[in-house]
Amino acid sequence: MGIIAFLVLFPFVVALALLLIRNDRGRGVLVTAGSIVIAAASIYAAASFFSGGAAYFDVNEAYEPLSELIGYAMMAIEIALAVVIFVLGVRHRQPLACVLAAAQTPLMVWFELSEGEGIEIASALYIDQLSIIMALIIGIIGTLICVYALGYMKDFQRHSHGEPDRRPWFFFLLFLFLAAMYGIVFSNDLVWMFFFWEITTLCSFFLIGFTRTEEAVRNSFRALVMNLLGGLGFVGAIIYLGKNFGMLELGTILEFASQPEYKGYFTIPLALLAFAGITKAAQMPFNSWLLGAMVAPTPTSALLHSSTMVKAGVFLILKLSPAIGGTWTGTMTTLVGGITFLMASFAAVSQSNAKRVLAYSTVANLGLIVACAGTGLEGAVWAATMLIIFHAVTKSLLFLCVGTAEHNIGSRDIEDMDGLFGRMPRLAAFMITGISAMYLAPFGMLLSKWAALESLILASNPLIVLLVIFGSSVTLFYWGKWLGKMAAIVGGQENIQGRVHVEEWASLGALVALVAAACLSFPTLSNRVVVPYIMDAFAASGSGDVLEKTLSNDNMVIMSVMVAIIILLPLLFYGRTNRKIVPIYLSGAGLDDGRSYTGSMQKKTEFKLRNWYMETYFAERRMNAIGVVATCAVLAFILAMVLGGVIAS
Amino acid sequence: MTANGINVAAALSVVAYIVLAPFVGGLLAGIDRRISARMQGRFGPPLLQPFYDVLKLLEKEPVTVNRGQDFYVACCLIFMMVTGALFFAGMSLLLVIFTLTTASVFLVVAAYSSNSPYAQVGAERELLQMMAYEPMVLIAAVGLYLVSGRSFGISDIIGSPAVGVVYLPGIFIGFLFILTIKLRKSPFDLSMSHHAHQELVKGLTTEFSGKTLAILEISHWYENVFLLGFVFLFFANGTPLMAVVGVAVCLIAYFLEVFIDNVNARMKWQFALNSSWIVALVFGATNMMVVYFASVSGWGVQ
Amino acid sequence: MPYITKSPWIIHYDGSSCNGCDIEVLACLTPMYDVERFGIINTGNPKHADIFLVTGSVNEQNISVIKQIYEQMPRPKVVVAVGICATSGGVFRECYNIMGGIDTVIPVDVYVPGCAARPEAIIDGVVKGLGVLAEKRGRLPAELAEEAAARRAAEREDDDPEAVMTFEVSEDAGDGKGGA
Repeated sequence: MGIIAFLVLFPFVVALALLLIRNDRGRGVLVTAGSIVIAAASIYAAASFFSGGAAYFDVNEAYEPLSELIGYAMMAIEIALAVVIFVLGVRHRQPLACVLAAAQTPLMVWFELSEGEGIEIASALYIDQLSIIMALIIGIIGTLICVYALGYMKDFQRHSHGEPDRRPWFFFLLFLFLAAMYGIVFSNDLVWMFFFWEITTLCSFFLIGFTRTEEAVRNSFRALVMNLLGGLGFVGAIIYLGKNFGMLELGTILEFASQPEYKGYFTIPLALLAFAGITKAAQMPFNSWLLGAMVAPTPTSALLHSSTMVKAGVFLILKLSPAIGGTWTGTMTTLVGGITFLMASFAAVSQSNAKRVLAYSTVANLGLIVACAGTGLEGAVWAATMLIIFHAVTKSLLFLCVGTAEHNIGSRDIEDMDGLFGRMPRLAAFMITGISAMYLAPFGMLLSKWAALESLILASNPLIVLLVIFGSSVTLFYWGKWLGKMAAIVGGQENIQGRVHVEEWASLGALVALVAAACLSFPTLSNRVVVPYIMDAFAASGSGDVLEKTLSNDNMVIMSVMVAIIILLPLLFYGRTNRKIVPIYLSGAGLDDGRSYTGSMQKKTEFKLRNWYMETYFAERRMNAIGVVATCAVLAFILAMVLGGVIAS
Repeated sequence: MTANGINVAAALSVVAYIVLAPFVGGLLAGIDRRISARMQGRFGPPLLQPFYDVLKLLEKEPVTVNRGQDFYVACCLIFMMVTGALFFAGMSLLLVIFTLTTASVFLVVAAYSSNSPYAQVGAERELLQMMAYEPMVLIAAVGLYLVSGRSFGISDIIGSPAVGVVYLPGIFIGFLFILTIKLRKSPFDLSMSHHAHQELVKGLTTEFSGKTLAILEISHWYENVFLLGFVFLFFANGTPLMAVVGVAVCLIAYFLEVFIDNVNARMKWQFALNSSWIVALVFGATNMMVVYFASVSGWGVQ
Repeated sequence: MPYITKSPWIIHYDGSSCNGCDIEVLACLTPMYDVERFGIINTGNPKHADIFLVTGSVNEQNISVIKQIYEQMPRPKVVVAVGICATSGGVFRECYNIMGGIDTVIPVDVYVPGCAARPEAIIDGVVKGLGVLAEKRGRLPAELAEEAAARRAAEREDDDPEAVMTFEVSEDAGDGKGGA
């Protein structure tokens, strides 16, 4: 248990220290050392709890005199945070944020002081395979992003002339975020989990608003309001559970709620928790906060998208999965996820801003995860867990690549990345790796999507299957055109990749290695990590044989072999040609730089190649509107019925 | 048959596919050109013309526009062979479809890598076509899954006693529709076509020459044989009679596609996308829903 | 017999002309003459073509275009000049902007006379070109080996491995400042 407490507290200590350090050197050392320790501790925790299944820890007993104190400290911090939100809300004229903060925290405090007092928490912390997976994602990918941020923020500071150096604050937030994420994945006590949940909301609020431009402030408040709304759902669930059942331990709740005979009693709190998860996972209609988060410095986006924040949302829904499967809440979750997957994939086609493409892709993939989790079927949850892992690795790589590209070519627009293969060959190769890993066989993401499709067919909803089928077809298009752009070899480019900071290369290289390793070890990952978790989680409700409901081992092995081939082929053969290299065909009027031709009046004319965005089909605004209306309808209808007590299960 | 026996049979059919598919595919292409010529009132080239073309391309001077392109095209061929091999080994249909996608993406990337305007237009249209046909292909896979005792395994689909097309007429029609795109026939020969040289030179393949183009041609032969294999799945039920019927229908389907090619002009890309998605929804999705609910309520299938 | 004679793909370029020969070339593709019988395809892409079929004469504007198309065709390749304009400049020969026949710019292997050249004559010219193609195909391996050896020697001398083939641009290209 010590290691778990360490994982929650240590990043927090590092964060506090970073707040005080003002010089680059010290920050560099501390961030790097802190990251290494956190990653090592995560791996150690994984290694020591790996084979044991779920383990619960009694905090009261272990830290007898402290336990009371922890509770009050948390409450005090919560109140302080609510006051901060309220004040900021008043200053920036955001009434909604004020109202939500004013509604949520007093409710929570009232509950904790009245009902909550009497509820005995046997074990406030726990660890199981899913939290191990999450811990590894946070501990390895999260810290890699922090290391990357070192180099990135140097450039960032240089680009923002005259702005005061607020980097200590930035790094404080990053590490605080990691601490809170550990808190979420290890908390068994829902009150604790909610505490950490709110901290991530706050952290993301400050990170999004970091640049303090008008747009940043507006978007940060949007994120805040939406997540506070989810938080309100969380509070509702806690109060309901505490008042009616005197139960606040996630493990116990899930154990009861997964059994068919008790399912009906938990409908309302689970629906509220699923709603909280949906807001945090940036599902439609709440996806706009994640899109708005793009104004923040790139490490923030990478962190929010890959290892923290949205992953907390899907983590919660995934935990609930065995309990909500086959209920109206499950149907709601699946429908919201499915619609989000489709509409976000559509919207991604129309985007040329690389970060927005990535953002929509994140929303879409989370949608798929949420849809899978909602079915409550073993195979689907298996696929969802795999998706979480591969999405985290790949998406962080892509975000960081875009960040580096942006600082070196001065734009994050895909259309400005012409000839990146010549300008920054290594970066382009990394991006090609990342993009391929997002949507092509034989990489992990596609494999997981395949499994998701297979298990969604089993779930009794062919509509979802159609949503996924059309969504993934469009996915093919928007990744394909970006991949092509990255692979394009444009003549006469100057190589500028020497300007990239060494920290950035280190993180990017490590992430590429991680992507490759994860894809290669897919069968092991499944058999050793994910399947045992599913077996545990579905012990009560499932039908037992998990392995039969996932991809067959043969298929996974074939894919791993293909991954090996696809890694080896370019290493061995790419670029080896003894053929004569000739210019491209430009109707006989080409000039030898390969980028221009003799135009009318014998003038040298440069051509530009542009991708398709198909605005008439996939206009962002329209896709969002349709998605928001559809998901709102689903949420409103089912939530109203559930909360109104019309449907019991 | 023992497990070993199945493995041997699978290995044999994979070897047969790898060795024979180029010959079958090339011959089919030759027949295609001959029939097309006759439909246009011409005599047409010799039956073996596609082989002459490829052998000639192999003899040409080796040139390339950059150091990456040949690699991508070679990967396209490799993955196309893997696609067919997995198909004829009786593996999962979804695995096969996704591998095919990877092969196609390699081709698109090869075209993009040249940074040539004509190749780029072709590549972009190819991606669009992929987006257009993919839903129908996946719906077809799901349909076959539903009627074959809930398995994506191709050997299970072939072995299942249900004749797919009986339950999946809509999906079969939809699949034939997008087969036109996959076989690069008018009205959907958007991305690469000799006939479109005034608008996009040779689209996707503009910058491929000599050996590279030959490799691409061979990979198309592999692809076409695999696609006809997909058509075969709708008819197979493990009996020799239906196997014969299946092969016959494959040939008829191929003839039908040649016919469609000759009676249509090339349409705009909007038409390709609209029509194939509408067909996927109207024929494919409806049929899938019907089979789905029928199988859930225990009527008809299984 | 090399396969190239069984599958000669053509790129057709029309220079300065009255378009008469141009139309006759298209006539060859029709069912009446059906050149696909010989495996001939009209590709429109020099990178795929074996035979460069030129109608019309060379003028100041198209000189670089003709050169470039020719250079972009991978070997073995032959040039067939179709019609009197392509062979000698024809009635346009004395015009201020006309250089003359195609052979003033690139080597021509077969001359097909006629104004306009008849389809039968064009087909005949192409078939004559096949003989030249076969001959060139025979010489190609030796040529390639020789070039590869030369390239290797050059690479050993200086460290620049980029053996980029460049094509010459006429002096007039690039608004009179000597090309780009």
